[in-house]
Amino acid sequence: MNAPREPIIAANNLTKRFDAVVAVDGLTFTVERGEIFGLVGPDGAGKTATMRMLAGVMAPDAGSIVIDGVDVVSDPETSKQHISYMPQRFGLYEDLTVDENIRFYADLFEVPAQAREQRTERLLAASGMGQFRSRLAGQLSGGMKQKLGLTCALVHTPQLLLLDEPTTGVDPVSRRDFWRILYGLRDEGVTIVISTAYLDEAERCNRLALLNSGRVLYCDTPAALKARMPGALVIITSTAGREVRETIAHLAGVSNVMLVGDGVHAVVDDAPLRIPELREALRRANIAVTDIVVGEPSIEDVFVALIAGEGRAP
Amino acid sequence: MTSALTSAAGPQSGDQIIVEDLVKRFGGFVAVDHVSFRVGRGEIMGFLGPNGAGKSTIIRILCGLLRPSGGRVLVAGIDVANDPERVRERIGYMSQKFSLYRDLTVEENLKFFGGIYGVPRSDLAERMRFAIDMAGLGGREKALVATLAGGWQQRLALGCAVLHRPPILFLDEPTSGVEPTSRRRFWDLIHTLAADGVTVLVSTHYMDEAEYCHRAALINQGRLIAVGSPEELKRSALGGELLLLESASLGPVLAALQQAPGVLDCSVFGNALHVLVDDAAQALQALPAFLEQRGLQPVRLQRIRPSLEDAFVQLIAVDMAKRRAAA
Repeated sequence: MNAPREPIIAANNLTKRFDAVVAVDGLTFTVERGEIFGLVGPDGAGKTATMRMLAGVMAPDAGSIVIDGVDVVSDPETSKQHISYMPQRFGLYEDLTVDENIRFYADLFEVPAQAREQRTERLLAASGMGQFRSRLAGQLSGGMKQKLGLTCALVHTPQLLLLDEPTTGVDPVSRRDFWRILYGLRDEGVTIVISTAYLDEAERCNRLALLNSGRVLYCDTPAALKARMPGALVIITSTAGREVRETIAHLAGVSNVMLVGDGVHAVVDDAPLRIPELREALRRANIAVTDIVVGEPSIEDVFVALIAGEGRAP
Repeated sequence: MTSALTSAAGPQSGDQIIVEDLVKRFGGFVAVDHVSFRVGRGEIMGFLGPNGAGKSTIIRILCGLLRPSGGRVLVAGIDVANDPERVRERIGYMSQKFSLYRDLTVEENLKFFGGIYGVPRSDLAERMRFAIDMAGLGGREKALVATLAGGWQQRLALGCAVLHRPPILFLDEPTSGVEPTSRRRFWDLIHTLAADGVTVLVSTHYMDEAEYCHRAALINQGRLIAVGSPEELKRSALGGELLLLESASLGPVLAALQQAPGVLDCSVFGNALHVLVDDAAQALQALPAFLEQRGLQPVRLQRIRPSLEDAFVQLIAVDMAKRRAAA
């Protein structure tokens, strides 16, 4: 069962209902060993329910999950030995110190005393929390709490790490530290499944499943997902954003025109054809434009375009 | 570099928010440390910074909820320290948690906030209509707020905040967790309000939101460390140019690049590396050969536009280094 090419997670037709609401609607995906896999989508997309089922703490209504050859649905306890699961609200004891929290989880996971100290040192150093060991967890900032949660989740050596929205409400500097730790773990061979509502974060994953309303829109690498973007993203830099938008919004082949701080973003069906047309239309309307270039779409651009395409599909 | 950014010119006349040398101390702790900036009429200003940087303290001072320890703050031409009540009539405020009543309907919420903000009875129906149309809530007037999706609640909260026609709007992390299509619609509304002359100050710690702003101010540990348009910040903050490098062996390539000439910084990003270099054209020429000499091969090497987050993290790092050097 442990052949290297075997995916570490195989989820098949996973379904979860809460009363009338179908939170997870026939999800199928695999996660390869040693990758960082993202479950990416807005609130209500089914990320947390999926995570809970992967962690074996909630049973699906239908479908199967096999982790490392073990059927999680029928045998949740066996797979838990190699999994570390960090829920959105990780159970830190606010009235205990950083050190005491780590010790508590080390006891819970039965980590041998020797391995414990070494591992704790390394994790605290990596997260930049070394000097806060005797601070009460309740007095840490949001970002530091998340890093402490991660440290606690990693105090035993899991093969698979499940992180449910670990960076929600965390500032960019802490978020970078957090990802640096994740890349370090990946280098050690740990497989990571991470959920996030921030679509820009998806770019940091090796592969991701883009979720919406409990279903997988697409599952691929960030680069391949961007390649699926229908048309091209055009970035128009101008101080007269509104005028630009009014002028181009109804031109042929132009859609999704959006004001940003420095001008306008739009999607065109055919960049080499449309950019000269845009230039000409703006020149005729006498609108000064600094630059019109094709930009790399963000995952959010792709998401919005794919959702719009879905809506139109028969 | 930072001082050049800080002086980046905003609109000179008709500034609706003027902050000069603002200081706020809590006991011995300096939460706001000599901050100055201006926001022009109809401008959307992003207010960025890590948690605890002092963003919300500054906003509370601007709203007249906290008294400054030093400096001067004018909002809509009114000195906040002298006349906080008059300032409050001129501002709308929308918090992250959208302080809506979930067990009331859309209409009932609007009526309630209309009362709080002192909208005259005779105007209320017209203002509610405006808010409902602006927020695209037509047909949902009788819906309980609890039954609305996040994006609808967000637009309703914005509608409540502008009921009394405030010329200035404070938005505190308004879009967290909202799905992308709704989020874009929300920003479109903000741009429409700004075009009608409303001045908007948006605090966020998510950089992709700052992209929607005309200018952004970056706060770290109580100090303002940069102001500029998203494009200006990206261009000047990094202190170098950014390359994306894809390779089958990221670890060894990363290690080798730490020693490579012209490489300022290097970090893992998904399946690739982000490499900060002093000269992109030169590095594009030199790096493949440098790696090949060490038996390594980049699959793809190209110049990329830095994100606002790249700029932000770099500016914070430079600021922290300066503070350490000064200490």
